Amino acid sequence: MNTWNASFSILQNPAVLGYLFKGVAFTLVISVVAVLLGLVLGSVLALARNYCNRGPVRILKWLSTAYIELFRNTPLLLWIFICMVFFPLPDFMSHKMLGLSSVEVKLMYKAAVALILFTSSVIAEIVRGGLNAVPQGQFEAGYSQGFSTVQIMIYIVLPQAYRNIIPTLLSQVITTIKDSSYLANVAVIELMARVKQIMSAAGQYNGLGVTNVTDVFVLFGFACVIYFIINFALSCLVRSIQKRKLKMRPAAL
Amino acid sequence: MSGLFSADAWRTVWTYRATFLHGLGNTVELAVVALLLSLVLGMLFGLLSTSGKKPLAALARIYVELIQNTPLLLQMCFLYYLLAFSGNSIGILPTGMIALGVYHGAYMSEVIRAGIQAVPKGQSEAAQAQGFGYLGRMYYIILPQSIKMILPPMVNQVVNLIKNTSCLYIVGGADLISVTYNFVTGSNTGGAYAPAYIVSGVLFFAICFPLSTLASIWETSLKKREAQTTTAAAG
Repeated sequence: MNTWNASFSILQNPAVLGYLFKGVAFTLVISVVAVLLGLVLGSVLALARNYCNRGPVRILKWLSTAYIELFRNTPLLLWIFICMVFFPLPDFMSHKMLGLSSVEVKLMYKAAVALILFTSSVIAEIVRGGLNAVPQGQFEAGYSQGFSTVQIMIYIVLPQAYRNIIPTLLSQVITTIKDSSYLANVAVIELMARVKQIMSAAGQYNGLGVTNVTDVFVLFGFACVIYFIINFALSCLVRSIQKRKLKMRPAAL
Repeated sequence: MSGLFSADAWRTVWTYRATFLHGLGNTVELAVVALLLSLVLGMLFGLLSTSGKKPLAALARIYVELIQNTPLLLQMCFLYYLLAFSGNSIGILPTGMIALGVYHGAYMSEVIRAGIQAVPKGQSEAAQAQGFGYLGRMYYIILPQSIKMILPPMVNQVVNLIKNTSCLYIVGGADLISVTYNFVTGSNTGGAYAPAYIVSGVLFFAICFPLSTLASIWETSLKKREAQTTTAAAG
């Protein structure tokens, strides 16, 4: 089976390896940025949905509820396509950077915006779960000490809520890393798209002139291994945090 | 705004309504078959992981970890190219059904495992003492008790499955999202971006929103009932 050797020789090509690992870097950066910005936007949405209950600010509750439900119940790919057409592009995003052409930068920016918007709706629900888990007595205690509602949020409730949702947020990083592969549908930037790109020209890289089924195993298998290493490490981290939390709980009670 | 307020663009979408319905039909068909496959796999591996036999549980663990830690799109491409280059192509829809079913089977199996493990161990031991075999124990004692734990997250998985039918696009699929994209970029129909995306978004929302609302209401009432029983037990 010399096609196996030919297939593995693709991965020994330093140019191909460099190209793929740059894709890994883009996958990681895009996912982490999406989760961080999603956390900011998601927190605002969660606070609005949970606490804007009275008076004219109720409209914020309705808006954020509509936003969350809209994004949670439609596919990410639809939002990527929508952002491709409708999301405005600032000037500083329309030239070359990071080894991408200006067109690719533009596509990456728009697709990343879609990913951020989509992720923020999921994170909003996670933050809301964290907020709901903070006991009502914390608010009452805060008020009795003369804190205002905003101060209670910043100093008492949000820190507890965030600490509670750290494991869930880390799992969301895993989901976002997987979701970022949807960017492969519109641009060749991150790992999934780059592997597919190499795959489509595998016949040239393996030196045989034709693409064999072994190329599929080697290239997609390679991508699987990379995704698995990253995500499995993260999920082990999540589990160890959860275990520690369970251990600490009896002491806290 | 690329046709949002253009009557012409809306008219084009209306003229080609059969295209959208066809895409919707494909998406529903995909989702239903993939759901059945994922339920079978989920049940099988969920039972394996709670069987108490080390090698069987390890097998289920490997399946779940491998599938949950790699993207669906990659699995879809892997399967599709594998079949294509080994000369066994079975068409996009069946490939998508298998990929989606296997992917969500891993999530279903975790849901079922969690449900079974939430039933106190004494139930299983009591049933065993009464002479129930493994299947009888599961069917009459354990599963009826765990079903209320299992159903809400399972419905959430169904919503995800329906949304994930869009993964077919990367291999040129026939699902609703791919059909919509081909519609807005097609030579005869191109340009009606806003109406087409709104139509396809509304179709997805109309299916997913009732399901996800049902799941969250279910979950809340379950939590409330649980809180009541624990306070009753504590008091």
